[in-house]
Amino acid sequence: MDKPAPLVTSDSRRFWEGCQQNELLFQHCMDCNVAQFYPRTHCANCQSDNLEWQRSSGRGEVYSFSVVERPTTSAFKADVPYVIALVDMAEGYRMMMNLRHCPPDAAHIGMAVKVFFEPVEGSEWSLPQAEPAEPL
Amino acid sequence: MNAVITGASDTAVGRLEGSSCMELHAEAARGALANAGLELSEIDGVLCAYSMTQPHLMLSSVFSEYIGMQPNFSAAVQAGGATACILLMNAAALVKAGVCRHVLVVTGDNRQTGLTREAAFAALAGVGHPQYERPFGINVPASYGLVAQRYMHDYGVTSEQLAEIAVSHRKHASLHPKATMRELITVDDVLNSRMISSPLHLLDCCLISDGGAAVVVSAGDAASDSSAIPIEILGAGQHHTHEHIVAAPSLTEFGCAQSSAEAFRQAGLTPTDIDVAEIYDSFTITLLVELESIGFFKKGEAGEAAAEQQLEVGGSLPCNTHGGLLSYAHSGAAGGMFHVVEAVRQLRGQALGAQVEDARTAFVHGDGGILSAHCSLVLGRV
Ligand SMILES: [Zn+2]
Repeated sequence: MDKPAPLVTSDSRRFWEGCQQNELLFQHCMDCNVAQFYPRTHCANCQSDNLEWQRSSGRGEVYSFSVVERPTTSAFKADVPYVIALVDMAEGYRMMMNLRHCPPDAAHIGMAVKVFFEPVEGSEWSLPQAEPAEPL
Repeated sequence: MNAVITGASDTAVGRLEGSSCMELHAEAARGALANAGLELSEIDGVLCAYSMTQPHLMLSSVFSEYIGMQPNFSAAVQAGGATACILLMNAAALVKAGVCRHVLVVTGDNRQTGLTREAAFAALAGVGHPQYERPFGINVPASYGLVAQRYMHDYGVTSEQLAEIAVSHRKHASLHPKATMRELITVDDVLNSRMISSPLHLLDCCLISDGGAAVVVSAGDAASDSSAIPIEILGAGQHHTHEHIVAAPSLTEFGCAQSSAEAFRQAGLTPTDIDVAEIYDSFTITLLVELESIGFFKKGEAGEAAAEQQLEVGGSLPCNTHGGLLSYAHSGAAGGMFHVVEAVRQLRGQALGAQVEDARTAFVHGDGGILSAHCSLVLGRV
C-alpha cells in the first residue's frame, strides 16, 4: 500500500508546486492581514478575495505533537514510531508535518523547527516536513 | 411544550457475529417502539445516521423500506460522534414545529465484524484532510494525541489522571450486564497497555463494536399516546468550529462550551443542577476536555476529580454510567446513542447497571471529528 500523496486541487496547486521547488508558500490576506493556511479561494477570516502568495521563512515551533506507535494503515507501518507535529510558523499560521531527523523521545512542545521538503514516493509531489532547527 | 423521549432501547453490543447494519437498525427500532408502547403505524417521521458496512446515500429510506413503513418525514445526518445528539435535536424541533407527532431515531452498525480492522481504521483516517493531514500519516488517535499533549502541557493533566477516567468507566461497565468490557482494571493496567499514539495508550481509546440503539421522540402533547415514563428534552445546542485538527482554532477551548451553554440556557439550568452526565468519551482526553470546557470542572481539575472517583456513581458527577465508548461499546453513530439511551434509563430509575439515586436531570453530549462538531442536550424527568 502506497502512502497517500496530496490530492492537489486548483486552490492549492501553487502551494504544492512551491514545495516541488523547495519553496514554502502561504496565502496572505491583503485586507485583514491574516496569514492563511491551508490555501483557499478566498480569505476564511474576512471573506476577501484579495489574497497574495508569500514565501515563508520555513521557521516555526512545535505547538503539539504525538508519536504514532500503531499505524492505522499498512502504508505507514515501516515508519513507526513517527512523530506528527502541529507547527506554528513564524508568519503566524499552523501546519501539520512529520518531525524528522529527531528521535521521537526528543520531541517537545516549543521545539524550534525548520522546514525541508521530502518527495512522496510514486508521485510528482513533495511534502513540507519539519526537522530540529538546531543540532540536537 | 417541550419534546419528550417516549422510547429508548439498544441491542446487544460487542462482537455480534452475522449481524448487519439493517438488522441492528430494525432490532433497535422495534425495541424503542416496544419501550414506548407505540405501534410502528403511529410513527410519522424517521431520522437515521450513516453506516460504514452498508453505506448508502439514503440510509433513512433504506431503513424505512426494510422495517416496513412509509413516513411523512425522512432524513439522514452525518456528523460523526455528534450525530446521535444532533438527531435528537432535529427530532425535537420537528415535533415542536408540528411537522411530526412521533419521530423514530435509529442508529446502528456492525463496525466490529462487518469491516476488517484495516478497513475500519482506513475509514477513520479518512476524516483527515486529503492534502494537509493524510499524507503525514494522521489518524484519529494521533489527532486526539495532539490535543492531549498540548492539554497536559498547559494544564498539568497527567497520564495517571487520564487512566483514572478509564478505570471509572470500567467500574461502571462491570456493573452493567450488557457492557462489552466488564473486567475491572487499574491505573497501572492503562499505563502498561501498549502506546497507540502518545500520550494515549490502548486503554485510553474507545472500543470498536457491533450494536444499534434507537429512541422515539414525541411531541409534548402526544406523550399520552405512549405508556412509558416520558423524558423531557429541556434544552439542546450545537456549535461547530472546524473539521480538521490542523484548522482547529484552539486545542484547549472547544465548541462544547457554546453548545452546552445554549442547552443549559434553554433548560434554565446550570452544570451544578445535573444529576448524571453521559458525555462522549472516544478517548479519555475527550471526556476530560469536554468536562472542563462545558464547565463541570475548572481547567485542570477534571483529572483530579476522576482520581477522587467523583465521576463514579456516588461521586459529584456520575458520568457515563453504562461504561461509555471506552468500556460499554462504540458502534459508529450508535455509540453516541448509547449515551442517550443510558440517560433515559437513569432518569426513569431503570438503569440496568449502577443507578444514580433519584436522578432528575441528565446532560448528554456528543462530539464529532476531532472535537469539531458539538451537540449538547439537557434532559429531565417530567
Ligand atoms: Zn482576510
